Parts: sequence; C-alpha cells; structure tokens
Amino acid sequence: MATGPTGNDGMLRIPCPHCGERDYTEFRYGGDASKIRPPHGTADARAWQEYVFLFDNPKGAHLEYWQHVLGCRQWLVLERDTATNAVGKAHLARSQGSP
Amino acid sequence: MIAMSSRYSALALARHALTGKPWARAWRSADPKPAYDVVIIGGGGHGLAAAYYLAANHGIQRVAVIERAYIGSGNVGRNTTLVRSNYLLDGNTQFFEHSLKLWEGLSHELNFNVMLSQRGQIVLAHGPSQLEVLARKGNIMRLNGIDAELLDRADVMRLLPYLDYSQASRFPIHGGLLQRRAGTVRHDAVAWGYARAADRLGVDIVENCEVTGFVRDGDRIIGIETNRGRIAAGRTAISVAGHSSAVAAMAGLKVPIESHLLQAFVTEPIKPFVDHVISFGAELFYISQSDKGGLVFGGHIDGFNSYTQRGQFPKVQSVAECAVALIPAISRLRLLRHWAGIQDMTPDGSPFIGRTPLRNLYLNGGWCYQGFKATPAAGCCLAFTIAHDAEHPLARHLSLDRFERGNGHDEYGNGNWTYRQ
Repeated sequence: MATGPTGNDGMLRIPCPHCGERDYTEFRYGGDASKIRPPHGTADARAWQEYVFLFDNPKGAHLEYWQHVLGCRQWLVLERDTATNAVGKAHLARSQGSP
Repeated sequence: MIAMSSRYSALALARHALTGKPWARAWRSADPKPAYDVVIIGGGGHGLAAAYYLAANHGIQRVAVIERAYIGSGNVGRNTTLVRSNYLLDGNTQFFEHSLKLWEGLSHELNFNVMLSQRGQIVLAHGPSQLEVLARKGNIMRLNGIDAELLDRADVMRLLPYLDYSQASRFPIHGGLLQRRAGTVRHDAVAWGYARAADRLGVDIVENCEVTGFVRDGDRIIGIETNRGRIAAGRTAISVAGHSSAVAAMAGLKVPIESHLLQAFVTEPIKPFVDHVISFGAELFYISQSDKGGLVFGGHIDGFNSYTQRGQFPKVQSVAECAVALIPAISRLRLLRHWAGIQDMTPDGSPFIGRTPLRNLYLNGGWCYQGFKATPAAGCCLAFTIAHDAEHPLARHLSLDRFERGNGHDEYGNGNWTYRQ
C-alpha cells in the first residue's frame, strides 16, 4: 500500500501493483484515465473532440495513467489529488480495458 | 495640484523628496458595485491590461477586475520576465510582435516604469540542421519587419564568451539567432502599472473577492456570484491563468486545457555576467540575469497535472544540469529560491483569446509558456473581443473551437503536452 507522500513536499511516489512503491521518475505520465474511447467507426466528430481534446482537469481527485517504464513496463491507473499530490490506490490499466 | 502630484515624473520625485510625505496609494481599493458593463475575472497582468485597454481604447469605463487574492499574486509575478517576438508560425509572429511593440511604449503609456531592458535574446543552435531552422525563423521574422540576426559560432563566442566551447562539450555550439529587441521587464511593475492606469480611467479593482459561480439567463451570462455578493455584468471575461478549467467549469464549460506546474529558479546574486537572454537549443532552458544580480532561469513543466504550486525536486536537478552544460562557470552558484506557477497547457501549445459557447462570456487562457511576454497584446485583443463581441484580427487563430475545426496552431509541431511527445 502507498505510505507516502504525500503532501506537497516529498518526492511523488507511486504504488506499482507489481513492483511496490517507487519514485515517480521511474514512470511516464499518460494523462486523464477517466475517459472512455469512442468505439471504432464512430462518425460523430464531437465524440472524438470530447475524447481527444476536452478535459475535466479537476483541482482535486484525478484518475490518471502512468507507465512504469523503468520497472515492469505496465500501464497503471492511479488515484491522485492534484491539489495536494496525495496518492491513493493504483491498479493495472488492462484490468479495466485498454487505454 | 492633485492631478499633478498623481502623475509620476522627475519633478514629482523631487517634490516628494523635499516634502517627505509617503507616496499616495497608486490605485483605489474598490468595493464591488452591484453592476458593471464588463467584469473581468482575474487581477493578473492580462486581466488588468484588458481592463486598461477597455477604458483607454474602447471608452468602456464601467469595468471591474475581480481578484481572489491580491493583484499580481499569480503568474505575472512567477515568470522569468522575458519578452520577445521570435515566433515562426503566421499568426504567432504578428501577435507577439504587436506585444513587443506595446512593451516598447508601455512605460510612457502607463506613466509607470516597467523597466523594459532590451538586452537581446540569443537562441542557440547545436548543429547545422538546427541552425537552418533558426535561419528560416529569422527570415520569417524579417519578412514581417521584425529584427533578427543569424549568428555563426564565432559570433556567439564573441557575444557569449562564457559558454562551453570545449571539445568535451555535450552540445557543441554551432550558431544562433539573435533578436536585439528582446529582453526583460520588471514583472511586478506590469501588474501595478496597468492597475494604476486602469484605476485612473475609472476601472474598479476589487481584491479579496472570489468568484463562486455565474448567473445565467439561458445561454447568456449576465453576472457572477462572488463571496462578496452577486455582481451583474453586461459582459464577463475569464482571465485566470492556471485556473481557466476551474472557472470555466462554473459556467458549465469544458475546455481543452490541463493545469501543469512550471518551476523557475534564481541564484544568489553575482556581478554582471550574463548580459543577454540565452535560450539553450538542446533542451528547453532559458537564462538571464536580474538587475539584482541573480541568474534567473527555467525549463520544462514538471509533467503531470498539478495545482500544488510546489515543484518536484527531480526537475530542479534536470534544469540545473542544463544550466551547467551551457555555462560550466556557474556550477558552484547556490540557488537562492525556486518556485512554481500553475499554467494552462493546451494540445497545440497556443492560447485562447475569444468568445465561448455562452453569449457574453469570453475566455483568455491556455497560455502555456508564453503568458508574460503576451501580456500587452493579450489584454489588447481581449479588450477588443469584449468590446466588439468578435475576435481581434491578431487573435483569429486563437479561437476556442479550433480543434474541432482541425485548425490547431502548433508552433513546434509536436503539441505541448510534453508527456504525449
């Protein structure tokens, strides 16, 4: 389980389900993980505009992708508070479908 | 007599020195009135500039600038103070040149010394292909009547003898592009100067007043809710730097913006050493020296969404590595301070100035790395947009709906969300 940081002052640490808690510098950020990709063949340009370009960008709870590039190379979905950097749980992205 | 003494001049300075009285407040502390023609949310450089140009250029004086904290408490006081107009893409080139021209006349226009120092900016090239790109950019600038000079290695060595020219240098210096009219501005003075000038034209600057919502009439915004009550507004503009998403969300709008941290750094003061603004070509890194002697520099954003205003330490290290790779002589300087600002990042690295899907609501945001140098032009274009309910000719390429029209405006060709590159 994640024990640190959090708060503002420490290194951001991410609890990888495979490798344990590691510095964020081992990871690559992948952005907002709360959105669902429109099905292939979707012709509605607005649906793609929404998916590709528009973001809730919350000041607070945020679901986001990180890839553990210097570890197991798995894509994770992490809960993090963007106002405090407090980190919550992480799970494998593939457990909820592909990014 | 009162009017005389409220104008800054050498005579006023001498008179003040003789009387010894404290200087009068430079602008009124206004309480919000129930209604205005225009309400601008955000008392930073851009919001204050827009208020000034509304009054000065468009004769609209029933204007309020609503600021959550105190004016200038956000990014206008957190940037690295650089101004320049060396942009490649049509649209950006003219917009930023307009801004630089406004900077050149700003101290006189505002009767407030913003300490513009046109010390010149040099962008470095570390190989022949990079120098060719700079040559193209310089040619585009010159075709637009903007000064640009291509430098070879010997030119750079003459101007900047303290860079690393050794055989062992990781990024050999091949040449550069010089814009002599670029330089620095005292950033706090920009907020204060625009505030004072706007105030003298009748604009109310309301500090410690936080917006909590919008008042809607169908698809039209007719006012705002604040912690100091409701304020009716004929037209309303959002100009809140890194919080554009949060304020737009209060109006039910979702915008193509993520909020990221950008850190800046200043070293202990040293004697005059770096006489120009220098941009590294091998990484995003820029450095200049303040009048107090500190070396002021910055780099990339931290790289993940954040509103914390506190940077992560690994970025301190990577930015310091750039500094030392470029100027080995500063390796033993100590950092005096480092800080972070929250900035809007957009998919193409360009900002938004214009109308929104809601009538009488305007947005100025998404400024990425370029907000400070754009301050006068952004204020000027936002004021025009508010006054005419239309995009300013210089800001047509900065409309909020450009992505759904397939008209992204990407200066560097790779988007600006660094984690997607």
